[in-house]
Amino acid sequence: MTVAVATTAALALGDDALVLSHRLGEWAGHAPVLEEEVALANIALDLLGQARVLLSMAGDEDELAYLREERAFRNLQLVEQPNGDFAHTVVRQLYFSTYQHLLHARLATGDGPFAPLAAKAVKEVAYHRDHAEQWTLRLGDGTDASHERMQRACEALWRFTGEMFRPVEGLDVDARALETVWLESVTGVLSRATLTVPEGPRSGAWTAGAGRQGVHTEPFGRMLAEMQHLHRSHPGASW
Amino acid sequence: MATAAAQQTAGAQAHGAGDGTAGPAAYERAFDAAVAADERIEPRDWMPDAYRATLVRQIAQHAHSEIIGMQPEANWITRAPSLRRKAILMAKVQDEAGHGLYLYSAAETLGTGRDELLDKLHTGRQKYSSIFNYPTLTWADVGAIGWLVDGAAITNQVPLCRCSYGPYARAMVRICKEESFHQRQGYELLLALSRGTPQQHAMAQDAVDRWWWPSLMMFGPPDDESAHSAQSMAWKIKRHSNDELRQRFVDICVPQAESLGLTLPDADLRWNEQRGHHDFGPIDWSEFWAVLKGNGLCNEQRITQRRQAHDEGAWVREAAAAYAAKHTAPAPHPQETGAALA
Repeated sequence: MTVAVATTAALALGDDALVLSHRLGEWAGHAPVLEEEVALANIALDLLGQARVLLSMAGDEDELAYLREERAFRNLQLVEQPNGDFAHTVVRQLYFSTYQHLLHARLATGDGPFAPLAAKAVKEVAYHRDHAEQWTLRLGDGTDASHERMQRACEALWRFTGEMFRPVEGLDVDARALETVWLESVTGVLSRATLTVPEGPRSGAWTAGAGRQGVHTEPFGRMLAEMQHLHRSHPGASW
Repeated sequence: MATAAAQQTAGAQAHGAGDGTAGPAAYERAFDAAVAADERIEPRDWMPDAYRATLVRQIAQHAHSEIIGMQPEANWITRAPSLRRKAILMAKVQDEAGHGLYLYSAAETLGTGRDELLDKLHTGRQKYSSIFNYPTLTWADVGAIGWLVDGAAITNQVPLCRCSYGPYARAMVRICKEESFHQRQGYELLLALSRGTPQQHAMAQDAVDRWWWPSLMMFGPPDDESAHSAQSMAWKIKRHSNDELRQRFVDICVPQAESLGLTLPDADLRWNEQRGHHDFGPIDWSEFWAVLKGNGLCNEQRITQRRQAHDEGAWVREAAAAYAAKHTAPAPHPQETGAALA
């Protein structure tokens, strides 16, 4: 029973890291400045490293990544959202890395199965969070055009943020307490960036815990088709 | 620059400041002495204008190649067939962006700027390596690029670690370490395919067949047609001729191909006991020149994507500059700084 519960949680956290890493990998060769080519790839690599550890806790990393269909993935809908413009990518990073940092800091202090991973991941994620916050400030408080793009991105992704605080079976954290700290932190960064905190709901019928149940948004299936195509074309091959 | 040559430069500077006319010849003697003594030329040293221009051209082209070279490999990041391979490929593409950054910095020590160099790349006034105008059609191409393209690059670049211009030589030391890691990973990727299923083996062979000749072209035109070679060798920017390096590369690759269990697509390739080298078939230079002139399969695509990334990122760079202007304390007035120091 404990094994199964830990597996559910490992898949949830592992899929978050895997899917977001993939999205960031799509930026390679397209970033607005060379330093961001390095930074985005660096974050993507950290996340992929976390995903590999987590998925290996639940089974074979490649079987899990390449041979499940979209209804079997447990990642948040937030991380599967397309990159959009740089503002969308930054806001997605802000929302997620703040959550991930708080979560891993909490898991690292416990003695559960995720403590060793979290102790390492929390250092990486602190960097991701700093990177996202710095860009939120620069773009929010940069030019009128960048401010407008950031505001749009904040609004567009806001509805996916409630899902992060639905309890996950096997994760020994107080989701409610996490949510309070998250809201405080994100609200603080957005106001320092001269952005307005969105007023819309943070979840709806289709976003409340849906990704964790294997219910995803449309772009996700296409992302998986690309990611899995080669692996699936050569059944049983090793690479 | 160091020791004797530095003293000569100092002497020339003092002398030149004295009467303003005797300088140039003395500077040139000091420069030639430094190069002859295998000393490093540093950014503040005097150097011939043509030496500076050649280095800017070569280092910029090298930096551009790293940046454009991200594209053919990034083409496979989202389709890498295992998480381990995906991590390796992402790390490699990240390294390439880092190499581009080192090299633009090295070029900047010669009095140019990254923005100016990127603009020249975007408008076709500076080139990048012709190899990156070939498409990556299968996963095995990622391995062939690692083994052959990075292998050729290393053969070219290791001698540059002793290049007469200090900042370039030091950048190359760092770059070559990472490149040789990439090359081994490419080789290992091909080995896995070669020993895999028949389909995987065929994929590996097909990739080597397509990348072999373009890799040989990476060493540039034959010695008797190479415009910059003689001067670059005299200045010790270059240490070996194109044909020498190409031969060295072929000699290294032949046994590696054998241990990979793959063949090289050249019917004339054979060991020549007398020369102590492998003979190999003629290179199709018409293809080389066509690709270099912009008529390769991907020239248009590569430069369009680069320009697009730059243009679509303009608002981000503008925002960062605007934010920095708002939030950076104004620099103290030079006179105040002087007063403080005094």
